[in-house]
Order: sequence, then C-alpha cells, then structure tokens
Amino acid sequence: MADHPFEFSPLAFLLLRVAFMEEKLLQLNNISVVYSDVIQVLKGVSLSVEKKQIVSLLGSNGAGKTTTLKAISGLLKPENGAVTEGAILYKGKAMQNRSPEEITRNGIIQVLEGRQPFKYLTIEENLRVGTATRMGKPYREDLEKVYHYFPALRRMTKKLAGYCSGGELQMLVIGRGLMAHPELLLLDEPSLGLAPILVREIFGIIKRINEEEGTTIILVEQNARMALKIATYAYVMENGKIVMEGSADAMRENPDVKEFYLGMSLSGGAKSYENVKSYKRRKRWL
Amino acid sequence: MDFFMQLLVGGLSTGFVYGLSAMGFVMIFKSSSVLNFAHGELIAIGAYFFLIFVTWAKLPLVLAFLFTLFACFLLGILIERIFLRPLIGENLIFVIMLTVGLAAMFRGLILLFWGGNLYTYPDFLPKALGVDRGIVHIPPVYMATLIIGIFFLIVFGIFFKFFSQGIYMRSVADNQRAALSLGVNVRRVFALSWAIAALVAGMSGVVLGVINGINVHNLSAIGLKVFPVVILGGLDSIIGAIIGGLIIGVLETFTGGYLSTSLRDVVPYIILVIILLVKPYGLFGLTEIERV
Ligand SMILES: Nc1ncnc2c1ncn2[C@@H]1O[C@H](COP(=O)(O)OP(=O)(O)OP(=O)(O)O)[C@@H](O)[C@H]1O
Ligand SMILES: [Mg+2]
Repeated sequence: MADHPFEFSPLAFLLLRVAFMEEKLLQLNNISVVYSDVIQVLKGVSLSVEKKQIVSLLGSNGAGKTTTLKAISGLLKPENGAVTEGAILYKGKAMQNRSPEEITRNGIIQVLEGRQPFKYLTIEENLRVGTATRMGKPYREDLEKVYHYFPALRRMTKKLAGYCSGGELQMLVIGRGLMAHPELLLLDEPSLGLAPILVREIFGIIKRINEEEGTTIILVEQNARMALKIATYAYVMENGKIVMEGSADAMRENPDVKEFYLGMSLSGGAKSYENVKSYKRRKRWL
Repeated sequence: MDFFMQLLVGGLSTGFVYGLSAMGFVMIFKSSSVLNFAHGELIAIGAYFFLIFVTWAKLPLVLAFLFTLFACFLLGILIERIFLRPLIGENLIFVIMLTVGLAAMFRGLILLFWGGNLYTYPDFLPKALGVDRGIVHIPPVYMATLIIGIFFLIVFGIFFKFFSQGIYMRSVADNQRAALSLGVNVRRVFALSWAIAALVAGMSGVVLGVINGINVHNLSAIGLKVFPVVILGGLDSIIGAIIGGLIIGVLETFTGGYLSTSLRDVVPYIILVIILLVKPYGLFGLTEIERV
C-alpha cells in the first residue's frame, strides 16, 4: 500500500461512487415509452438531474417532452402508456412503471401541461388537494408558504378556480404542487398562453422556489429564451430522442438553438420564417 | 285543503328520501362515472339489515339504526374492493354491467333468506314526534325522515367542505388526472364513494321500510326511481338529486291522490322521458365552467 499512495482501495472506490450517485437525484437510462402497446413515442431517452438543479427540457410540439415527464411521474399508466425499456432511477431506486401514488409519496410532483385546476373547488381547496400524499396534515403553514410566493392567490382564497384567469391558474397549480413538499418538481410549459410580463414573474418565482426551498426542477418549455435564463442545464428533444444537451450558458450560444428556439437567424438579425424552414430542411437533429 | 296538505307533506317526505338515496347514486357517478344499477338492492339491503337488528337481535332503536348504517358502509367498501376494483381501467360498460349482475345477486340472496313476504318493523316511533297543528299534520315517520335527512345533509356538507378526504373526493370528481398527479388515492376515493352511497341507500331503505313495509321487490322498484330523480336533477348534481327527489315525490303523491293510484308509479318515468327529450342534462346538470 505504501508503495502506491494514490491507489484507491475498492471500498473507497465504492464510497466515492455512492457519494457521486448521491448527487444525481434522477437518472433516465435509455428509456423507451410505448402507448397502447404499439405507438412508440420515446426511443431511448437518457438524461440526468442533479440535486437543486433546474434542468430544462426543450423541443418542438410532439417531441415527447410531456411523455418524458409522465414517464417519471407515473402518469403514463392511466393513459395506457408504459416504459418498455431502460430504467428510471430516483435516488438510486428504480421507479419506472410505478403508480403515481407511490411516486408522489417519494417526492416527485408533476405540474400538468395546460394548468388543469379543479374548477369547482375554491383556490384554497385546490391547494389543500396538494396535501394528499400526507393525508391532509398539516396544511396551514404550507398555505402560508404558497401565499408567500404567490401573494395574488391570498386575495382570492374563496374564489372558484373555474373563474380564475390563466395567470392566476398557473400560480395556483404550481402552488398546489408546492403543497406536496416536492423534492423534484416537474413543470410542463408553465409559460403556455401567458403574457410576457407574467411569464417573467412566474419564472422569477420558479427560480426563487429552487433557491429558497432547494427544490430540484425539470422545466419543460417552448419558451427557450426564458427557460435558459433560469436553468443550469438543458436538453433538446426531437422525435422522441435527445438531440442535444449542454449547460444553459453553452446552449444560449449554440447556433442551432439560437436558430430554432431563440428566433435568431445565423446572421444575428431577426427571425425569418423562410430561412428557418430551409435551414431545417438541410439539417435535422436526428 | 286538509287533503292537499296531507299529500304535500307525504310527497315532500318520500321525495326527500328519494333525494337522499339518489345522492349516493350521484356520488358514485361523479367520482367514477359508474351508473349503479344495484342501487335499489342497496336500499333493500338497508331495510333488511335494520329488520335483523331490530326484530331478531332486539337491539334498542338507535343502536339498531347505527349498526345498520355501519353494516351498509362496510358493504359498500366490500363491493368496491371485491367487484369493482379489479375492473378499474376497463371499459366502463363492463363495470356498469357488473352492477346489473350485483343487483340480481343481491335480490337473489334476499329472496333466499326472506322470500317475497312483506315484513314490517314493530311500531317504534313515539307519537309525540308527529306535528298536529291546524292544517299542518305531519305523521311521526315523516318527521323522523326530515330530521334524519337534514342531519345527514349537514354532516355530508361539512365532510365535503372542510375535511381533507372530502375535498380529495371532490377533486377526483372534478379532474381525475390532476388528482392523480398530486398523489390522491383514487381507489380509496372510489371505495369511500361506494361506502357512502350504500350508507345513504341503506338509510333510505329503513325509512321506506317504515313507510311501505319491507319487501325486496317493492324496495328495489323504488330504487329504480333513482333514475327519474337524477335525470331530472342532473346526473352530476348533489343538490339536483335532492330537488329532483322532492319534485318526483310530490308529483307522485299528487297523481296518486287526485288522479289515480295506478298512475302513481308511472309518473316518474313519464317525467324521465320528457326531461330526456327537452333537457337531457337535467335541471341542475353541470353547466360546464368555460373560463379555462
Ligand atoms: N396517450 C397517448 N396515446 C398515443 N399517443 C400519444 C399519447 N400521448 C401523446 N402521444 C403522442 O406522443 C407524441 C409526443 O407527445 P408529447 O405530448 O410528449 O409531446 P410534447 O413534446 O409534450 O409536445 P407539446 O410541446 O406539443 O406539448 C405525440 O406525437 C403524441 O401524439
Ligand atoms: Mg407537452
């Protein structure tokens, strides 16, 4: 041993590995997802998320972003989808194809695309549903926390969610997710259909939640510009595959990302639809 | 005038019972979209449970009633566990056919034990419970119905408004996908809605047994009236169920009192057909909030 001071014993190696794995909160290893036994949507997706990161998942319509989130949260099952290959490791534990109940209890909460409030419940009742993983108790402090991040909600606790505006609802559903004390929050297009100023506000709050609560976040977005501002790392999906990945800074400078997601042509001028189309025909990320 | 008042009181009370039991039917429909064709049999089972506890076990009245409610509640959970849970995720029509099968099974079991005879409970309601003032004349049974019914409405109101489990149940009825995404135990919600439905059906069974006597054919026929009631009120409205029940009850007794007794039991179904033709979502059916 003394002759080889730098040689690791197997035990030390194992410890190091465990410590290293500890950092990775979530890992998707080459997963495939099939709906209704025949429709293959994800074709070998791999990604990993470290604790307290915001990881953004970008890609155009139908790329498979929502499907990826559902594979993680277990919501594929009610839609007759399943992970047929590969593994989803959460804190080192295999999670693929478990029930949403079990996955939510482990601290993974998905905030669904298109808001999905409980329309006939009041704002406060909507938030209380977020306590389901711990059978309702306690919830007062958590309500305070949600109102602290989204002060607008405090003024309308008795209002039916069905009558709220899109912006209020987006705050509501993120708040509802927070009520569940998530360790990993999956946000599916929180900017969908919101005015730019609201998008900025909500993204600011997402960043604060990440920093103050230490919540790890996977952020699915079409609005790449905003997403890359708060994310630390990003993946780009296309046709059920990851076609590009890198740190958010690197992605912002990447010419392809600029071209398709940030709306800038290569010359740096404004976006021209004709150019984008021809460029896309020349080069697909496949 | 006396006759009119008598009919009105009778109609409102039986209608209230219809409404209460329909509430259970609506609850199952709202949470799991299942139409429960065994509703009438659940009503009958409640009546027979009470018969067992009161005449065989000779329990004191209140205790017998509580035991009946408890037994019905358990039965609801068992039905969901044993028969419905394996079918979660299957085509809804299978589940509905299953309830038709359950209805036949329960009716058969009751016939096996009690036959088609008409039983009655011993006369147990104190006369003092009735109201007799001027033209208002309310027999003890109807007073008891009113008190129990209102008590249960208040209890359920509090449960669904303030208790977490009540709110989870409403969330599943409202948006099942979103409820799943938050980890709501949907199977527990289904089980609970069957339990509560069986409980209110059983309670109605006891009251109807007091009013009409206990016979499986009569009681399950009354159970079928849940369809006119909920179609009138709107399949997915709890309030609609109560008001639909009141309307059907009153129309029934008035038809029986002023037109003919043979027409009495047909009226609800005539209304069913008319409502389906002119207002298929009922009086209080979901007026979908179209804000989102
Ligand atoms: N339940 C389903 N059954 C069959 N196919 C489905 C189902 N859900 C999604 N798909 C298909 O899977 C593909 C990917 O869908 P997904 O919703 O994951 O895309 P997305 O990246 O989230 O798109 P968007 O940005 O439009 O939300 C689409 O082609 C879609 O038609
Ligand atoms: Mg999507």
